[in-house]
Amino acid sequence: MHESRGFRILRVVGLTGLTLFTLAPIYVMVISSLKPLADVQGEFTWIPDTLTLRPFVDIWSTIPLTRYFINSTIVSVAATIVSVLLAIFAAYAISRYRFSGRGTFRVTVLSTQMFPGILFLLPLYLIFVQIGELTGFPLQGSRVGLTITYLTFSLPFAIWMLVGYLDSIPRELDEAAHVDGAGPLTTLIRVVLPSAAPGIAAVSIYAFMTAWGETLFASVMTTSDTRTLSIGLREYSTQTNVYWNEVMAASIVVSVPVVVGFLLLQRYLVAGLTAGAVK
Amino acid sequence: MPVTTSGTRAATSTPSPAEPTGAGRRPRRRHSLTPRFLPYLLILPAIVFELLVHVIPMLAGIYMSTLELTQFYLRQWTEAPGIGLENFRVAIDVDGSVGDALLNSFLVTLGFATASVVLSWTLGMFGAVLLQRPSRGRGLLRTLFLVPYALPIYAGVITWKFMLERDTGMLNTLLDQTGITSGTTFWLIGDNAFVSMVVVSVWRHWPFAFLALMAGLQSISDEIYEAAAVDGAGPWQQFRHFTLPMLRPVNLVLVLVLFLWTFNDFNVPYILFSSSVPPSADLLAIHIYNASFLTWNFGLGSAMSVLLLLFLLVVTSVYLLVNRRADDA
Repeated sequence: MHESRGFRILRVVGLTGLTLFTLAPIYVMVISSLKPLADVQGEFTWIPDTLTLRPFVDIWSTIPLTRYFINSTIVSVAATIVSVLLAIFAAYAISRYRFSGRGTFRVTVLSTQMFPGILFLLPLYLIFVQIGELTGFPLQGSRVGLTITYLTFSLPFAIWMLVGYLDSIPRELDEAAHVDGAGPLTTLIRVVLPSAAPGIAAVSIYAFMTAWGETLFASVMTTSDTRTLSIGLREYSTQTNVYWNEVMAASIVVSVPVVVGFLLLQRYLVAGLTAGAVK
Repeated sequence: MPVTTSGTRAATSTPSPAEPTGAGRRPRRRHSLTPRFLPYLLILPAIVFELLVHVIPMLAGIYMSTLELTQFYLRQWTEAPGIGLENFRVAIDVDGSVGDALLNSFLVTLGFATASVVLSWTLGMFGAVLLQRPSRGRGLLRTLFLVPYALPIYAGVITWKFMLERDTGMLNTLLDQTGITSGTTFWLIGDNAFVSMVVVSVWRHWPFAFLALMAGLQSISDEIYEAAAVDGAGPWQQFRHFTLPMLRPVNLVLVLVLFLWTFNDFNVPYILFSSSVPPSADLLAIHIYNASFLTWNFGLGSAMSVLLLLFLLVVTSVYLLVNRRADDA
């Protein structure tokens, strides 16, 4: 079939429009991060008179960015590891076995994804405060506590996506392992996991990304010592001044790890996300 | 032992013919007891954590909604006096200030979610159709379109906040230089805040719609279009009579997921407006958040959360039922 001229024009115009819409904030972010403070406090300029890398140096001293970076990394990595580990076993059971309660478990996992985070935030806050009163361990405001709250969204999502990946791995592989005398756990570790490695990597980066950008729980469940990036970056705005060039520079710095990870694994992520959406 | 026999029977009889499980087919195995308990053993850790982070907090939240849980009881919340459904009465009493504000927030959220889903879906569909056929630069554009979705939410939305600033923002400069307005509009207060919030949300969510729809389009074979073209169907008819119906399963879930995300959205208003959220942008998630943490009335906040959950449950169930009915018909 030949494309009509109308469609070709529509395509060029449409794709240009979508590209501009997508990239405009990226451009603003990059160009503003290279401006001196005075330049971001006046009218916006498309091309700055002076370019400087100062904001990328200053961001580390204006606020305790390193500490926030470490906190975000610890909490996001911990939430990712715990949820992916639990999800691997749960997803394997759901994908490979038929057992009573399977359907209930699946539906529960799926439906918790639609629950608003605020529904869990208030009780978890009070429970954490209470545990702190009883045991002396300040769960509220600790990184352990924040990690636990992150499991509310990362665990069901990881299970859901991994079931999709494991379902796509042919069962003949399991059968062959059984013939060779391998038990179920050996089969999981030696046969299924290696084939699912890209999927597991994709689920991990997605869980990490979600935790990395989370604001609702982090805004309540952290103190100045345990603050994460998504809340900490607000400190570039003071009562009198907003260091917009530094905000943009810091945004780039915190984005690079996840964007690179996402784009590297996008093929598998797309498969997992869309499989989850199609089923 | 009865356990052994029933265990073997369960393991060998449960797999349905349509879904061979690969497990339990072999009569002689090294651990004859494992098949029955193994799946439960495997999901046990996940269930324990689900109980800890979902079930228990949710039950606690429902219980909290029946308490007079004000700031005086936050340290010992279990001692707060029970007041039955009083919190719910206050929350839905639209003649009172609390209920009135909640109703406004509900309507704003509904409008926001609808606008955001419709626009995200439309842009996603548009992009997916334009890139349906292999062409030069398709892979590059696809990656590019994913960037808003890949960015940490904070980074993307704070950049929009900067762009929407009245005096130093890029948008007013652009509008001024192109002569569309005089470039002095306040985008983050008043009714404009609603529009800004929708635009930011669409920017963030349309790539997901694009992804899902593009994957759906790949599964439609070219022969259908060729046959349609031979029959004289133009691009629009092809889209309406072939593309859309074939994407129905994708759309069914996509629209629901987008709706739930945007209806529960907290990040966009929280980052865009900080603590001073204009009434036109007062989404339910942030409304309940502020109502709870500004006044420390967790009982009322919990009641509002429970109402929000009930609404979502009803909407989702009706949506799925109606669509299943339509599929059966």
